[in-house]
Amino acid sequence: MNEPAVVSLQGVSKEFRGGTVALQGIDLEVHPREFVSLIGPSGCGKSTLLRIIGDLVPPSTGTVQVNGKTAERARRDRDYGIVFQQAVLYDWRTVGKNIALPLEMLGWDRKRRVERVQEMLELVDLESFAGHHPWQLSGGMQQRVSIARALSFEPPLLLMDEPFGALDEMTRERLNAELLRIWAETGSTVVFVTHSIAEAVFLSTRVVVMSARPGRVAQVIDVDLPQPRTNAVREEPRFFELVTEVREALIHGGAELVR
Amino acid sequence: MSEPLARRVPIRVLTFVAVLGVLWGIWELWHWIGTRFKLTWPFTVNDVTMPHLHRIVQALFQPAQANGPSLLHVLLNASLFTAKEAALGFALGAVGGFAIAVVLSQSRFLERGIIPYVVASQTIPLLAIAPMVVVGLGSKGIHDWLAVSVLAAYLTFFPVTINALRGLQSADPRAVELMRSYAASRWSILWKLQAPTSLPYLFSAFRIAAPLAIVGAIISEPSASIQGGLGGAIVNFNQYYSIEPQDLWATNVISALLGIGFFLIVVLAERLLVRRAPENVA
Repeated sequence: MNEPAVVSLQGVSKEFRGGTVALQGIDLEVHPREFVSLIGPSGCGKSTLLRIIGDLVPPSTGTVQVNGKTAERARRDRDYGIVFQQAVLYDWRTVGKNIALPLEMLGWDRKRRVERVQEMLELVDLESFAGHHPWQLSGGMQQRVSIARALSFEPPLLLMDEPFGALDEMTRERLNAELLRIWAETGSTVVFVTHSIAEAVFLSTRVVVMSARPGRVAQVIDVDLPQPRTNAVREEPRFFELVTEVREALIHGGAELVR
Repeated sequence: MSEPLARRVPIRVLTFVAVLGVLWGIWELWHWIGTRFKLTWPFTVNDVTMPHLHRIVQALFQPAQANGPSLLHVLLNASLFTAKEAALGFALGAVGGFAIAVVLSQSRFLERGIIPYVVASQTIPLLAIAPMVVVGLGSKGIHDWLAVSVLAAYLTFFPVTINALRGLQSADPRAVELMRSYAASRWSILWKLQAPTSLPYLFSAFRIAAPLAIVGAIISEPSASIQGGLGGAIVNFNQYYSIEPQDLWATNVISALLGIGFFLIVVLAERLLVRRAPENVA
C-alpha cells in the first residue's frame, strides 16, 4: 500500500478523569478503501477509539492523523461521516431534511441539496420516504437514513459505532449486505465498531481484535474472503474459519466469550 | 394529532359542559344548604358571599349603570383592552425570556451567576415594582398601557426562561456530537439543534405564561391608573361588592374566560408548530 493512510494512529492512549485507562498504546493504520472493524468486549474502548479518530474525544497521548492531517483539521474539513448505534435523526425534520443537515452546514444551495438528497435516498433504497418524519420509520429504515446522512457530503472516511447493534438479526444481515454494496459504490474507507464476530468478518477487509482494561490491539486479522460478498459467504468454510480465528483472538485477548 | 379534530372537539365541549353543570349544581346545593341551615363555617352563606349563578349571568345582560350599555358590553370592551396589554406583555416576556435563556445556555458561568437573580425577580411583588415602571416609562412619554404590558412581561418571562434553558440543554449528547462532527458553529448548533429541541419545553412555559400575562395585566392596571381594562373594572366593582356582588363575580368570570382563551391560543399554536413523535409530545 503506497497510498497514504486515511487513518494513522501512533501510541494513542486515553485515560479518563478518575484514572480509568480506556486505551493504551494503540498503533493502527487504515488505508484507502479498507473496511476495518474494531471488535472487542464491552469496555475495551473501541467506541472511544472511534471518537478519537473523529476528534470528538481528545486522546491523552499519541498522535492521530486523518487524511494526513491532524484529527481536528480533518473534522473541520468534514473529512468523515459518522453513524451511531442510534440513528440520531432530528424529529422535527423530515427524512429528506435530515439527510440534508450536513449539506446545510457546508453551505450548499437548496437545489443542489435536493438533488443530492434524492441520490442518497436512492442509494439506501428509501426513494419514497423523503417527506416522512423519522418516527414513522422502522429502526432499520432510520439507520439507513442515518447512513445516507453520513455519506451525503461524500466524506472519504465513514466512522460507524455499532450502527446495527440495536436491530434484530434479520434486519442486521440485510443492512450488512446493503452497507457492503454502498461501500463498493462510494469507494469510501470505513472504520466500523461492532461486538458481533460474524458481522465483523462478513463486512471487513481487516478485523482489529481488541482486549479490555486497558484497551489494546490484541490481534489484527486479514479477511481474505472474496469480493463482492453476498450472504452466501456466511455459509462458506473459510467464513467459519475466520469467525473461529477472531473468537480465539478475543479469548486470547482476555475477553469473556461474546457469543 | 392521531384522532381527527372533528371527532375530538365535540367530546371536549361535551365534557366541559358536563363538568360546568356539576360545578353549578354543587354551588347551588351549597348555597341552599348554607342558607337553609344558616351555616357559619367555613363562611357565612348568603347572597353576598355566594350570589346565585343565574344572577351573575343575568347581571351580564343588564346595564352596568343606569341607561348605560350592558355589563357584558362594558366587560367585553375592558377585556379587549386588557387582552391587548396582555398579548404584548406575553410577546415581550416570551421573546425576552427566550433571549435570556439563549444567553445563559452559552456558558455555565453565566447560568450559575444570573439564575439566582432571575429567581429573585419573582419574589418581588408586582405591586412593588409597578410604580417604578409606570413612572419610569411615563417620564419618557410612553402610554400607560405599555407600562402594563411591561409589567405583564415581568411575570411571563420567568417560566419561559426557566423552561427554555432546560430545553436548550436537553439536546441528545449524540446529536451534539453529530453537529461537532460536521464542524458546526455554535450558532448552527443553537438554531439547528438546541432551539428545535427546546420547542416543546417552550410551549409548556407558554401555557403557564399566557394566563399569567392576563393576571399580570389585571394586577398592574390600577398601578397605572387605567380604568378601561378588567383590572379597573375589578377595582370598581370591589367597592360595590356588598350591594351588587354579582357584578364582581361576572367580571371574574370574564377574566377567567380571557385567560382560558389565551391558554387555548397557545395550545392551538403548539398543535400547528410542534411536529414530534407522538410519544414525545408533552
